Amino acid sequence: MTAVEIPVEKWPGAVREVTLGGSYGGGTRTSTVTVGGEKTLPFLGFEGALPHRPALAVEVVDMEPADWSPELVAVWGADLRDPARWAARAVAEGAELIALKLRSCHPDFGDRGATDARATVDRVLAAVGVPLIVYGPGAADKDNEVLVAVAEATKGEQLALGLCEEKNYRTIVAAALGNGHVVIAQTPIDVNLAKQLNILISDMRLPLERVLMDPNTGALGYGLEYTYSVMERLRLAALMGDAMTQQPMICTAGEEAWRQKEGRAAADVPAAWGALAERGVAWEVTTALTMLEGGADIVVLRHPGSVGVLREALDDLTKGA
Amino acid sequence: MALTGLAIYKLLPKTNCKECGFPTCLAFAMKLAQKGAELDKCPYVSDEARTALDAASAPPIKLVAIGAGERAFEIGNEVVLFRHEKTFYHQPGLVVRVKSDDPQLAETAARVAGYEVERVGMKLRLDGLAVEHAGGDAAAYAAAVAAARAAAPGLPLVLMSGDAAAIAAALSGGAAAEKPLVHAAAGSAWQAMAEVAAKYGCPLAVRAEAGDLAGLAELSAKVRGAGVEDIVLDPGTTGLAGDLAAFTQLRRLALKKGARALGFPIFALATAPTWQAELARATQAVVKYAGVVVVDHLEPAAVYALLTLRQNIYTDPQKPIQMEPKLYEIGSAGPASPLLITTNFSLTYFSVAGEVESAGVPAWLLVADSDGQSVLTAWAAGKFDAEKIARTVKDSGIESRISHKKLVIPGHVAGLSGEVEEELPGWQIMVGPRDAVDIPNYLKNVWSA
Repeated sequence: MTAVEIPVEKWPGAVREVTLGGSYGGGTRTSTVTVGGEKTLPFLGFEGALPHRPALAVEVVDMEPADWSPELVAVWGADLRDPARWAARAVAEGAELIALKLRSCHPDFGDRGATDARATVDRVLAAVGVPLIVYGPGAADKDNEVLVAVAEATKGEQLALGLCEEKNYRTIVAAALGNGHVVIAQTPIDVNLAKQLNILISDMRLPLERVLMDPNTGALGYGLEYTYSVMERLRLAALMGDAMTQQPMICTAGEEAWRQKEGRAAADVPAAWGALAERGVAWEVTTALTMLEGGADIVVLRHPGSVGVLREALDDLTKGA
Repeated sequence: MALTGLAIYKLLPKTNCKECGFPTCLAFAMKLAQKGAELDKCPYVSDEARTALDAASAPPIKLVAIGAGERAFEIGNEVVLFRHEKTFYHQPGLVVRVKSDDPQLAETAARVAGYEVERVGMKLRLDGLAVEHAGGDAAAYAAAVAAARAAAPGLPLVLMSGDAAAIAAALSGGAAAEKPLVHAAAGSAWQAMAEVAAKYGCPLAVRAEAGDLAGLAELSAKVRGAGVEDIVLDPGTTGLAGDLAAFTQLRRLALKKGARALGFPIFALATAPTWQAELARATQAVVKYAGVVVVDHLEPAAVYALLTLRQNIYTDPQKPIQMEPKLYEIGSAGPASPLLITTNFSLTYFSVAGEVESAGVPAWLLVADSDGQSVLTAWAAGKFDAEKIARTVKDSGIESRISHKKLVIPGHVAGLSGEVEEELPGWQIMVGPRDAVDIPNYLKNVWSA
């Protein structure tokens, strides 16, 4: 008998646990989601503890998206016109989190204000029991305006607020700090920038148990390998004990995958690409699963079909853990 | 396992004769350890030392070739667990499985051989066909393999059967010349299979019960003892979690523990009842250590995604693929054709060039030297600023080839338009779309000379 000793790494560090969804202080969520806590590399249950499985979030936009892939328009249908219905359907399709994007507050897409933003968030909170991630419209001034208003109006719900970047982190962190929320710290595909932003946030006394980090996802075929390697490096650093890399990671795999030509073009593409319905889901699943293998704790998706495929994959990957 | 400089020094003559070009034997040994010198430079090295050094310098994961001729592929010879530590060298072969009694066998073989998709200037293809023995005797199996070879000449094969007589029949029927991978030596029949593989000089997969890496190592050693040099390891499969654990353990054992019997590429049977579940399994196999990935579904969308993933993961992280910075003509561009500028990251170039081409509007595409970075990354790093854009335009000689003075810059650097206008007096700077996919609409509906 050949002796084979299974090599097991002893990791001195661990990823922090972050909980979304208010279970105290007035929160109305019927379920909460805790991610992180890993004491080994993704899904290597033989080596160390993996207390929480990664969570699947579905993106919901507060206005009918004019530029989304025809495949997404077809699959969601009229639900795209009502964020509350859309969110409820997403939960029925398997979403464990709803990622609500307040796009209509963007100066170019309606420029709606804080009152409207709060009303939309309230409607989605009423429609679903799962925790919410709330993204601003992606324009600096309006992000600050609406996210602060939403944060104040939803005290206790323990939302994840995004994006919290180097240019606006003070405002977003202050809003989260005062109202019991979590922030999503995004930096552009770089280990040191990610660490630096975590340090800045930590300096403002927001507990790191309330920080998710977004390493900025590149889609399959569009820079995915850069993100994947940065994520592997961040997770290795976290396990080696570097305190400022120990945040759970969130990746917007759906947005990136469906933005590309492979997720949008229905005609005038080579036959080898396959049909859009299959191709879009294939692109999203491959992007998201690669991120999960690299250490993602939350992936934000767009297509219900991808949610099903990834839920099955995670059932398998986390069994016995 | 690689030897240290000191360990190598002990094997050298220690005469400091300097004939190798180094001042001392120790200096030569240190250089050998860093792979900066060849052992042949020492005229006095003993055979014994040579054998020891050759064994020690053998790669921890053997390079194995599957197939013969133009479409043969090599797997193995990997040196790291994570691609950022160096790079992954030999991308896994993507193989589609077909049953030997499938009436569509020949048609599937031809489709596998003919599948091709272009991405960033490279043609991506499937690597082989696995013919699984299903029903029928050895002669029927050999006939199926012959039919596959006739339908897909030169396409590497994986011969899958537990019956050594069936494999022997297929190999003696002509397949042996194409060096197919034989799958698999397993259980009590291992010896018969090893004898067939050794006789025909074909690579052989060994398979143990799922999760039994000790059994796999034992079998690998036995097969090697029976004269098979090129081995592929199939640790069995229990799904995603089991595969990830087994593949990770195999890679670690080979690289960190120097386990010679497990120092071979990995065979991943990623098949599943639906193409979606199969895609998930194959995705994991590509990113986590497989040398051969077998799927059942020839769904083009999934194949395209997997080939793209493989290209991404096996790109050398230290060398992003770059384009030569210069003026490119898309279609037959003339004096009135639009002029666009972008950076020399290959993906950026091919995305933009592809969309300009599909717009059907001939154009000049000026590619600036951004050290291979994309528009946004280059802009953030100061490698694609107004000065660089202006200098690229002036140095390109484009002014003498067009009758207008309009330059389209990427939408992502819209903020630079004022500065570029200052740097290029007399030019009109137009802001193009942010994403390449919107270029056709822009060229057809917005741009005018």
